[in-house]
Amino acid sequence: MSTFWSLWIIGLTVTNLGLVLWVLLANRKVAVRDDEDPENKKRSHVYDGIEEYDNPLPRWWFNLFIATFIFSAVYLVLYPGMGAFPGVLGWTSEGELRRHQAQAQELYAHQFGAFAETPIEELAHNPQAMRMGLRLFANNCAACHGSDGGGGYGFPDLTNGDWQWGGSPAQIKKTLMDGRVGIMPGWASSLGERGIADVTEYVLKMSGRDHNEAAAERGGQSYAQFCAACHGREGQGNQALGGPDLTNDIWLYGGEPSDIRQTLREGRTGVMPAQRNLLREDRIHLLAAYVYSLSLDHEE
Amino acid sequence: MTSSLAAAGNHPVYDYKVVRQFSVMTVVWGIVGMAVGVLIAAQLVWPGLNDIWAPYTNFGRLRPLHTNAVIFAFGGCALFATSYYVVQRTCQAPLFGGWLVPFTFWGWQLVIVSAAITLPLGITTTKEYAELEWPISILITIVWVAYAIVFFGTIAKRKISHIYVANWFFGAFILAVALLHVVNNVYVPVTLWKSYSVYSGTTDAMIQWWYGHNAVGFFLTAGFLGIMYYFVPKQAERPIYSYQLSIVHFWALISIYVWAGAHHLHYTSLPDWAQSLGMVMSLILLAPSWGGMINGVMTLSGAWHKLRTDPTLRFLVVSLSFYGLTTFEGPMMSIKTVNALSHNTDWTIGHVHAGALGWVAMISIGAMYHLLPILFGRKQMYSIKWINVHFWLSTVGIVLYIVAMWVNGIMQGLMWRAFNEDGTLTYTFVESVQASYPGYVVRFVGGAIFLLGMLLMAWNLWRTATVPEPANESGEAKA
Repeated sequence: MSTFWSLWIIGLTVTNLGLVLWVLLANRKVAVRDDEDPENKKRSHVYDGIEEYDNPLPRWWFNLFIATFIFSAVYLVLYPGMGAFPGVLGWTSEGELRRHQAQAQELYAHQFGAFAETPIEELAHNPQAMRMGLRLFANNCAACHGSDGGGGYGFPDLTNGDWQWGGSPAQIKKTLMDGRVGIMPGWASSLGERGIADVTEYVLKMSGRDHNEAAAERGGQSYAQFCAACHGREGQGNQALGGPDLTNDIWLYGGEPSDIRQTLREGRTGVMPAQRNLLREDRIHLLAAYVYSLSLDHEE
Repeated sequence: MTSSLAAAGNHPVYDYKVVRQFSVMTVVWGIVGMAVGVLIAAQLVWPGLNDIWAPYTNFGRLRPLHTNAVIFAFGGCALFATSYYVVQRTCQAPLFGGWLVPFTFWGWQLVIVSAAITLPLGITTTKEYAELEWPISILITIVWVAYAIVFFGTIAKRKISHIYVANWFFGAFILAVALLHVVNNVYVPVTLWKSYSVYSGTTDAMIQWWYGHNAVGFFLTAGFLGIMYYFVPKQAERPIYSYQLSIVHFWALISIYVWAGAHHLHYTSLPDWAQSLGMVMSLILLAPSWGGMINGVMTLSGAWHKLRTDPTLRFLVVSLSFYGLTTFEGPMMSIKTVNALSHNTDWTIGHVHAGALGWVAMISIGAMYHLLPILFGRKQMYSIKWINVHFWLSTVGIVLYIVAMWVNGIMQGLMWRAFNEDGTLTYTFVESVQASYPGYVVRFVGGAIFLLGMLLMAWNLWRTATVPEPANESGEAKA
């Protein structure tokens, strides 16, 4: 903050409070109360029949007013407020945040630290670790993936064993740490509406659903040209690129023919935000184990 | 039916037509605004109600409709009606401005109707309490300038040498709202119904809450203190308690309120110095706010017995106790450590409604029950008993509302900050929503009871306006 703006803030604050204090003190007359001598205390003006007494300011009210002034003066000496003056305590909101973070680190680090060296596969069978993982999941992941991890439209189901970016403990942890961005480009200009309809039939065929054989035949050729690079020649997907498996009849953006056509036409974008700086690695390690545990029943 | 101009005694002929128009619309918009409020309260109990007529009835679209309708339509019409009435009578001068007077009425109604159409359509600037898009913002500015010309023109023409305290507050409210509205509504229009604020980031947030808090401070406080300073002494037939107190609390209130908006941005990227100043100025506001309450309540000394028989006076006095409650609660909530618990919880909603229902609505209702018989040439409202029933419905409704929000708010604040031994949060957000459910039901019931009282008022108004008074009570009553 420049000296000018600092002085500006201090000047405005002091002037405003000073004037209010002056008005308060200037009107602190020792006066006769109306119940002692009512008629003498009335002011001479009458407005539409309304008269005014001139009772003194109630003492308790005056004291309350002064007390808030004193509190404020002390507060503005101790804490930042008067322009660039930082306050004698040197308090800042950023400093308070850092202190709380350090305290939390000290208090809780050992709780997670105890699990940091344990392999994720092993943690997934540790009841205490999984209770902590559940709480982390409920507060940080459930908003998108559901409180049971079952996912929703546009948000992957974490319990069904189908992994867009890989389901190994290391891959799950990487997804949590660094996030993922899954992009399906739109093909309307390359395929045309007819081509989109054909490829849709081919995708339905790969997932073992009802389809039009002739259209799927034509769509297969376009598929090999445009789609196989990410989704694999057989539609089995590619976890390195985040290309979903198209053969298992699991659909992130809906599996109706109209949904698939829309996906082909306009494309889709999915974002898993990186948690590295929010949760930090020790918690993410535990969380990865919890997410890993969600699909264990499915695989067994 | 009386003519639009009040019969002259030893004072000039006053213009009551515009006062009557605004008074009737106060009741109408009060019912509309509160009905939308009850609907969105019901949506929080039965979420399916969001889809009555999707997407127009979604909570996100109706909530700004509710706030705009209650603050600017109901509160605004009450302020126009009372300020036009009070300024004429305390200045002993008819309204200045000629055609500008009806223009302010029809212009303001046009603003309200535009809001009621555009907000459900999803047309919004997204700034709280300033959601109306730029063409409507410009219309508001024009109407407001006309209002200022009428009001201050009347003051200039006054036959009384001094300006009564009620007019200080009305005047401060008119000037401050003009300033706030213009500064916060500087937009770059991109289409007829979309614009972007010229401010960005933290600056935008600070300008917005400088506006937002002073919409409360000047629109909902200073303006309504103007109502209080006329209708309380008038209804109680007692002199104002202290002229000195009115001077001190007026200047302190209007100069310090403008600093307080930063308390809406505690623990944000707003610089620490601005947060601190927002907090201390909010605390200093406690005494000036209570000054108004003291001056109103103490005006009743010597007339307390009237509360037993006069439900209109009861509305006015109870509104002052809610004003005192809210202006104590506000400074407390602005203290950073308290705010850390209360912010983003239902406590804030409860606080706002203690002010909006308890203070703003009750004093407006009291003033209307005083005004309406005069405006329709009657001795009194059609049914005093119904005013009393209305009073109790309002009081019970508010208490249910506020208590439900206190309980919900403090519970939410505590649940959100509860930690397990391992440092993870004890509750998920949705668990706090689930725990708030009973409070939402009670809030809906409280709001519905309050609305019921407003419907009773509308019926009383209708009967007052249309049923002639019995001849045996008034020999001059027309057949």
